[in-house]
Amino acid sequence: MEAILGILISALLSENFILVKFYGICPFMGVSKKIDTALGMGMAVTFVMALASAACYGINLILVALNLEYMQTVVFILAIASIVQVVEMFLKKSVPALYKALGVYLPLITTNCAVLGVVLVNVQEGYNFLLSVVNGAAGGLGFTLAIVLFASVRERVNKADCPECFRGFPIALITAGLLALAFMGFSGLSIF
Amino acid sequence: MEILIAIGILGSLGLIFGLILSAASKVFYVETDPRLDQLNECLPGANCGGCGYPGCSGYAEAVLSGEAPIGKCASGGNECAQAMAAIMGVKAVEVTRKVALVRCSGAKQYDKDGNLTSGAKVKGNYEGFKDCLAASRVGGSGPLSCKFGCLGYGSCTKVCKYGAIKVVNGVAQVDEDLCVGCMACAAVCPRNLIVPVEPNRNVVIACASLAKGAATTRACTIGCIGCGLCKKICPQDAITIENNLARIDYSKCDNCGLCATVCPKKLIKDSKVETLGDPMAQPVNGPSV
Repeated sequence: MEAILGILISALLSENFILVKFYGICPFMGVSKKIDTALGMGMAVTFVMALASAACYGINLILVALNLEYMQTVVFILAIASIVQVVEMFLKKSVPALYKALGVYLPLITTNCAVLGVVLVNVQEGYNFLLSVVNGAAGGLGFTLAIVLFASVRERVNKADCPECFRGFPIALITAGLLALAFMGFSGLSIF
Repeated sequence: MEILIAIGILGSLGLIFGLILSAASKVFYVETDPRLDQLNECLPGANCGGCGYPGCSGYAEAVLSGEAPIGKCASGGNECAQAMAAIMGVKAVEVTRKVALVRCSGAKQYDKDGNLTSGAKVKGNYEGFKDCLAASRVGGSGPLSCKFGCLGYGSCTKVCKYGAIKVVNGVAQVDEDLCVGCMACAAVCPRNLIVPVEPNRNVVIACASLAKGAATTRACTIGCIGCGLCKKICPQDAITIENNLARIDYSKCDNCGLCATVCPKKLIKDSKVETLGDPMAQPVNGPSV
């Protein structure tokens, strides 16, 4: 129980994948113009991360049994790509609005290093099945927290009267930097 | 031996994932309307946005859902409207081609000493950002003496995806062969000078000055002073003078071209005698006042 809580806190705040570890910046910058789509993207990533953690835990057992640990990265990418494809088809069928809103960024979860990152962290830390899934889901929630916070700031910044040369991506990057700075305040935070 | 195991494991994993994916593609198969692709093929694919939808595919979807009427694509014209109507199984109305017209004749001509011989007068030298909106806000009404005339900084040229509008002698001109009538230029013109007209048919009034006659004359040598000569000579009563500017009601106009011959400022263009959009061309018959 304590381990789960520790993982939750660190994945959400002190080891946040985006703002502390700087993984998965592509969708973070790309899908954060509106809170709605940011939330959708966050949910999709959370789902994929949890699923990938579960699937890759099983695959890793096979690899370890056959002494093929050096194949981890390749095999994990393969697994993640397949899972993303299935999620994409599922969304297209059942939530077409979200599918449209996510657009090109949905297939990009395939190459989202945050997903691969969370799976590799699971292996490195030697988490069991439950802790792997919790870490995946919490990492995804941390991603969601960061992207939604960022999107809400960006929505306001877009309406603000900022100098011409900073409009659009420049001010977004500065915003991301400040947000990351704020999250650095959580570093070293440990409850147990 | 180890390499064989690795190959075997990776291969079989790939096979399993492939099978899962192909099963998923069957389970989650989404039927799309085959007409959507056909509609997309009809449209020019220029994504000019003239129809008011985000790009050609956006318009195709709106037509398919019945949200948008057929025939809004200015770029595709009549041919495209008829083809789309055939796909949707409805009858489309005939779409006439329209092109943009810049309602300003104030192209500046100088003699060899640098004195203005014809066109709009300039109040001062504008050296700021080369954009019409920016220029129009400088010094109250921009660098031109005329508050209504073309500023000539080419905001319309920048948005035109067809290269159909160019600034010549300080006034934008439309190349009618290239213009498709998307009216993207009209949206960016800070002085609302650009209007759609039928090409090679209309007699048009190429001035938008609402100032009184004396003020217009002070600002430009080719400005409508609202004298009403065109109104008097028009056999169809198609011309009205409103706010010191002549206007043509095209439901009455029969393109006789009489107004163009009497205009003392030569700003009424008759496409039978000259090309629209060439403000410096003189009517062949000349004024007969």
